[in-house]
Amino acid sequence: MNFEFSEEQLMIQQAARDYAQRELIKDVIERDTHAIYPTEHVKALSELGFMGMLVDPEYDGGGMDTVSYVLAMEEISKVDSSVSVIMSVNNSLVCYGIEKFGTEAQKEKFLKPLARGEKIGAFLLSEPEAGSDATSQRTTAEDKGDYYLLNGTKNWITNGNTAGTYLVIAQTHPEKGHKGINVLIVDRHSPGISVGPHEDKMGMRSSDTHSVMFNDVKVPKENRIGEDGFGFKFAMKTLEGGRIGIAAQALGIASGAFERAVKYSKERKAFGTEIANHQSVAFKLADMAVKIENARNLCLKAAWLKDQGKPYGYASAMAKYYAAEIAMEVTTEAVQIHGGYGYVKEYHVERLMREAKLTQIYEGTSEIQQIVISRQVLNEF
Amino acid sequence: MNILVCISNVPDTTTRIKYSADMKAVDYSGVQWIINPWDELALTRAIELKEAHPALVQKITVITAGGADADPTLRKALACGADDAIRVDAAGGDSLFTATQLAHAVKGEPFDVILCGIESSDYNGSAVGGMLAELLDYNSVSAVSSLNLDGNSIKVTREIDGGKQSIETSAPVVLIVQKGIAINPRIPSMRGIMTARTKPLKVVAATAAAPGSKVVGYQAPPQKSACKMIDPENIDELVHLLHTEARVI
Repeated sequence: MNFEFSEEQLMIQQAARDYAQRELIKDVIERDTHAIYPTEHVKALSELGFMGMLVDPEYDGGGMDTVSYVLAMEEISKVDSSVSVIMSVNNSLVCYGIEKFGTEAQKEKFLKPLARGEKIGAFLLSEPEAGSDATSQRTTAEDKGDYYLLNGTKNWITNGNTAGTYLVIAQTHPEKGHKGINVLIVDRHSPGISVGPHEDKMGMRSSDTHSVMFNDVKVPKENRIGEDGFGFKFAMKTLEGGRIGIAAQALGIASGAFERAVKYSKERKAFGTEIANHQSVAFKLADMAVKIENARNLCLKAAWLKDQGKPYGYASAMAKYYAAEIAMEVTTEAVQIHGGYGYVKEYHVERLMREAKLTQIYEGTSEIQQIVISRQVLNEF
Repeated sequence: MNILVCISNVPDTTTRIKYSADMKAVDYSGVQWIINPWDELALTRAIELKEAHPALVQKITVITAGGADADPTLRKALACGADDAIRVDAAGGDSLFTATQLAHAVKGEPFDVILCGIESSDYNGSAVGGMLAELLDYNSVSAVSSLNLDGNSIKVTREIDGGKQSIETSAPVVLIVQKGIAINPRIPSMRGIMTARTKPLKVVAATAAAPGSKVVGYQAPPQKSACKMIDPENIDELVHLLHTEARVI
């Protein structure tokens, strides 16, 4: 067993850290306050290759492993999860889905621009009445011979407005239930698509979350991924990998808040000494450190399993569940350690706390992860 | 035109420096190593020039004198955009020792512009660049804060007392560069990191060289005394303490 990172993995971690600490940090509070989409940062991170870092170089990606991806996600998320969620959706849902299950022609046409970051992808699964229950898709993809006719509404879509390429999950054969669901690659600018207003969120405010409406949108047959009815399986398989990205994001939120809490507790004085010297604060820091280390190990194990080509669904559900839960706990404690300063924007930890909440909800709520984990536990033991 | 960038492998600038118990050596255990920040800016400028003048700048080489533990730092330079790397297998020594090793490795090689950071962030010697120019019998310009190419003419700006000085020089030349030579150090891209795997890193044997000086010991800086807060209304006490304790007035 080896807990050492390779030189290359460390280089990627450092590159992500450098970008986050030098560039992202500069205007993160303003972007959060006014919900400004991080256009320039997405462009810069695309040029550095982070938006398609997991994609094979054959399709213009970075060709990096999932462990490197976890390291990069953690560093970016320490500073701004509105940016890292764009990176996560593009890499581990959209690019991964097309690369793993798409045809050569689809990869050539759609994957390459996504891997280069010239286009950003969005994954359209959630609906007003189908969030965790992904089998109840109301959006329909009616088979019209050489094309599908898409109708319906998708909700909570990250990159909903800025994406150039949508992966849309929709029902073609309602009588077959989840086995009638398809996944289609859809050009965002196709006639019949309209995008709802920007959702005014509690956290990750500068990522653009929208509802997307489809009204008689024609999608060529060749844009379907996999066999007819593959859509639900596609979504579940893709989300397994997506969980690693969000787990690493939650880890980054926690470790970002923790680093700030440690620094603050060594500077701030109360009762004649730095507050780190008070056991009530020091023990909080110890608990935070243990939780973060556990979350990091779960993330890295899931990533390692994926890189080895081994099953990782159970591990990624554990990583996502645990990292999201501890992100909420750690950021709450970081605010507490900062006292009144923690409650104002300047010290960042209140924002990290708001961001942490979302990691318990999206890409499979904590309760959905508990279902995935408990089913496996009950099957195995 | 071939550009050589001299790289010093230094502890991360946030490192808390520790010494051996006898204060005769620096304790490097657990240290993260980075490219010396001034050298990183020099490398960034070299890459920018190659991108701006692809027909003029053929190759960027990076060089360091050090043990195999410096290889990751050289590979990072390759990932940033250098074309090849040389490591002179010679660890330790003072500025003269380092300059001698670098000169030994590059003498006779077709380098037109050699860039050296003005100092290293660990020992702050500020001597290798000038010594290297002397050993190679190249011209040198120090305190360079901007560098541009105009055909074969090399245009630099130096920071001087009360302003800036513009200089034109020609190859071969050693330029000792400082802050301003580039704004943001280059962050390696995924593609850069990937291609660095296959870029050449040549290890050259050290030459016999006697250091010009010997370190006899180190002293840690005195602990900072605690900060004393004085009520802004209480000017008399401030003046009293500045006079009796700090003894600055």
